[in-house]
Amino acid sequence: MTTHHTPHNDSLLRFMTCGSVDDGKSTLIGRLLFDSKTILADTLTQMSRTSEKRGLSAVDLSLLTDGLQAEREQGITIDVAYRYFSTGTRKYIIADAPGHEQYTRNMVTAASTANLAIILIDARRGVLTQTRRHSYLAHLVGIQHIVVAVNKMDLVNYDQASYDKICADYLAFAKEIGLAQARDIRFIPISALAGDMLVDRLDNMDWYQGETLLEILEKAPAAHTESQEAFRFPVQFVCRPHASADAELHDYRGFMGRIESGEIAVGDAVTVLPNGYQSKVKAIQLGEANLHSAKTEQSVTLLLEDEIDTSRGDMIVKTSEAHEPVKQIDAFVCWLSETPLSTARTYIIRHTTRESKAKVGAIQYKVDVNTLEQQASSDLKMNDIARISFKLAQALMVDSYSANRATGAFIVIDESTNNTVGAGMIV
Amino acid sequence: MTTHTSKQQALSHLDWLESEAIYILREVAGQCSNPVLLFSGGKDSLCILRLAEKAFRPGRFPFPLMHIDTGHNYKEVIDFRDQRAAELGERLIVRSVEDSMQRGTVVLKSADESRNKHQSVTLLEAIEEFGFDCCIGGARRDEEKARAKERIMSFRDEFGQWDPKNQRPELWNLYNARSHKGENIRAFPISNWTEMDVWQYIEREKLALPSIYFAHQRDVVMRGGSIVPVNVPLVNGDIANPVKAGEDIINMQVRFRTVGDISCTAPVLSDADSIEKIVLETATSTITERGATRLDDQTSDASMEQRKKEGYF
Repeated sequence: MTTHHTPHNDSLLRFMTCGSVDDGKSTLIGRLLFDSKTILADTLTQMSRTSEKRGLSAVDLSLLTDGLQAEREQGITIDVAYRYFSTGTRKYIIADAPGHEQYTRNMVTAASTANLAIILIDARRGVLTQTRRHSYLAHLVGIQHIVVAVNKMDLVNYDQASYDKICADYLAFAKEIGLAQARDIRFIPISALAGDMLVDRLDNMDWYQGETLLEILEKAPAAHTESQEAFRFPVQFVCRPHASADAELHDYRGFMGRIESGEIAVGDAVTVLPNGYQSKVKAIQLGEANLHSAKTEQSVTLLLEDEIDTSRGDMIVKTSEAHEPVKQIDAFVCWLSETPLSTARTYIIRHTTRESKAKVGAIQYKVDVNTLEQQASSDLKMNDIARISFKLAQALMVDSYSANRATGAFIVIDESTNNTVGAGMIV
Repeated sequence: MTTHTSKQQALSHLDWLESEAIYILREVAGQCSNPVLLFSGGKDSLCILRLAEKAFRPGRFPFPLMHIDTGHNYKEVIDFRDQRAAELGERLIVRSVEDSMQRGTVVLKSADESRNKHQSVTLLEAIEEFGFDCCIGGARRDEEKARAKERIMSFRDEFGQWDPKNQRPELWNLYNARSHKGENIRAFPISNWTEMDVWQYIEREKLALPSIYFAHQRDVVMRGGSIVPVNVPLVNGDIANPVKAGEDIINMQVRFRTVGDISCTAPVLSDADSIEKIVLETATSTITERGATRLDDQTSDASMEQRKKEGYF
């Protein structure tokens, strides 16, 4: 590779921000983009024009993140938006989810691809119901790294005692729900508006010796780098160019997909599920390149030693790590649709590249996302979360969500509308 | 923070983006029965062609390529489009806004009105003609505010309309590209790429590009604060953007950051004549990609959103 002075990010981190309208979430994102020089001059000019129109004295950084006309008219964000910035060492994808109670589904959506969550707390108001809700959801959806950002420190005179109390309150609650034991939690005092402790430290909080928010983001481990996972390769597409003019390709049979977890090398013994056929990896290809081995999140083509009848929806695993296909699953489901779940209907479950018809076995209980209490329930409405069992027509090759976010997750599809109506995490 | 020993080295950001895009292309191929890849000859769609090669070779692409030609495209780009499709040995379908004009389905308010937004009509007609259930495009979320909330698999109703309030939730990498007859999915494999990522990928993969992306001498005039190319020769021999009375032609060294219909794509002053120099220029630019160069986005804060609702890509 040629050397020059442009950024060559060596990794990528996906994170989300949780907070309500008043927490300064949009301002925080605006500030990160602004201070990392992602906002360019023309966008800034447009923002200051709009700020002036609304009678504001300074540029409102939150304007950067409310995108749609409908949202601007209502002054709220109603959908998950994705933002990008880069530091030269890392590329970041921010999932910006609105934090209102009625938008649990947006938070779950944003969390599903994030490896880190910034939970915003207003320094004047401390740990609130919504803080608990955001934390529970981040925990449920398996986000490994939690950064509790106590914002608006400028409005409490950068007072360390206020900050310490909020941290202690949060930690007590996090222990209660098992979050503190399972996840990496960090605390940081900030002012998104003034810019304290985001990219620059400034000098208002000399009592805080920890890292700035950007330093935390730069050091947070990327997904899949922290634990050893089993090799899981859902087959997306089978390449059989037998009609090709090239005679050598007549017997070519390439299994294309993305490695959802683990690693694979040429020569490894593999099993194709659900049928259980066994073979060995003959070659691993990526574009024109032949690889000796491949790892998580790489999209590759696998060639096997034996001619095995395999199609989309099958899963290639290492024979030593093979698991049993199942026809019944137990999962936490977040309902996403305005039409409530019907226990009488048949749904489609999409799990990796495989689909199965599914019927609800039982709704075991619903979780109140504010009190975290379990309640008996017979229905499931939009934004509800419940533990549900499903009976499946086709066997699925699942892992528990806590062991594997890719093979432990599924979506529920309504066959009549084709809408995605539920998000499931297998217990 | 506890120190973690990394079990695996993370992919570089370009490798990650490439892998995600390949995955999305393969999902389209696996889930849709009759997809098409929209190909303009522009830099983003050239990246997607490269990604499609990595996704499907040694097989053929499981979809044809299609260009909606406004008739007002730079000749260099059209020539490049044809050359690239031929090199790949893949089928290229071209449907033209001028045909829609002849059919009477596109009516211009004036002869020099931009034909860019009218592409939507021709696109919908082509979707119906071929029965496509999915169009793969090169749109990116960082291009414009209205795109930041766009799904990777974006659902369009029978009229090709995008309803921002009625989009399917998209979780993990479980994309739902199902559609009923007449409905349509727009798939965006490079949603998560920025302009910089695109240029770095072009540099890394050594992709060839139409010459107008590189600095060259061109006759332009200044119109409403923008650099506007004039007297542009078209493929059919006509001249687009004739100079108006009272305008002074200036010969400037420019390049294009985006390539589209001549009437709405303006070049920028530049001496970047290689991809390496373009990457450098992009890194130090103070103006967004569409900001200075897309005359059609500047109408109002919400103009892209409006066009998307009407079926625009």
